[in-house]
Amino acid sequence: MRGLIAFVAGAVFGAGLLVSGMTDTTKVQGWLDIFGDWNPTLAFVMGGAIIPMAIAWRFTIGRKPVLGGSFPPQSDAKPGRNLVIGSTLFGAGWGLAGLCPGPAMASLGFGGSGAILFLVAMMAGMAAAPTLRSRLDAQSAAV
Amino acid sequence: MHIDWIMGLAGGVLIGVAGAIFLLANGRIMGASGLLGGLVDGTGQHDWAERAAFIAGLVVTPAIIAFAMGGAQTHLTGNIAVILIAGILVGIGTRLANGCTSGHGVCGISRLSLRGIVATVFYIGAGGLTVIIFKHLLGII
Repeated sequence: MRGLIAFVAGAVFGAGLLVSGMTDTTKVQGWLDIFGDWNPTLAFVMGGAIIPMAIAWRFTIGRKPVLGGSFPPQSDAKPGRNLVIGSTLFGAGWGLAGLCPGPAMASLGFGGSGAILFLVAMMAGMAAAPTLRSRLDAQSAAV
Repeated sequence: MHIDWIMGLAGGVLIGVAGAIFLLANGRIMGASGLLGGLVDGTGQHDWAERAAFIAGLVVTPAIIAFAMGGAQTHLTGNIAVILIAGILVGIGTRLANGCTSGHGVCGISRLSLRGIVATVFYIGAGGLTVIIFKHLLGII
């Protein structure tokens, strides 16, 4: 049952990414192009997505997930160096190609060889991340 | 209103509904980079089936819709070096930051998570700066 719900959530997410235009790299780069031909579409996508999620978070108060377990607690961790460095690297890659991880997977079926190449490179980066993380942590421990 | 904005809003609501379903039923945060990354680096072995099912839905549904509509435009650059570097940066960055546009942006901001808000400010800022440099100054993208 958890798998079925996960599939449905993934399917609705994928449909939303396609409908919203997040799989179209020109719209994403257009949003980031503040000093060029700015396209505000992404603000509408973000706004549209945050509203149902904010309602869902309110719904979690005093309840348990329908299929058992517990809701993820809010992290106590403060925004640290890894968060800032990671988000900056991610943003640079996002700006270069116009794809973030969700749309990269969503465009796999129709994006041709470029979409496959991006996904493979992204997964290679994901595999390399734990090494970089431990190096950064070792460095900050030494300082 | 511009048709792009209406489609953006409608698609955004679908994205939020998907995140709400995943949270309220399974108790999980819908973060694309975390769901895939856990399979890549092995940290998500204990719930691999749930992750794989989510990714299957995420890959198959847009493919079917695009096929039914006679194709979908991606406009992804043909520059292989740009694709490879961008992919590696997105992969490393999202795992180091523990989240991407869906996890930090949609699920984090909606919860008023400080980490989600800070991450979003930095990735949008870095993305904007990258477009200025590589599009307007260097003309590469």
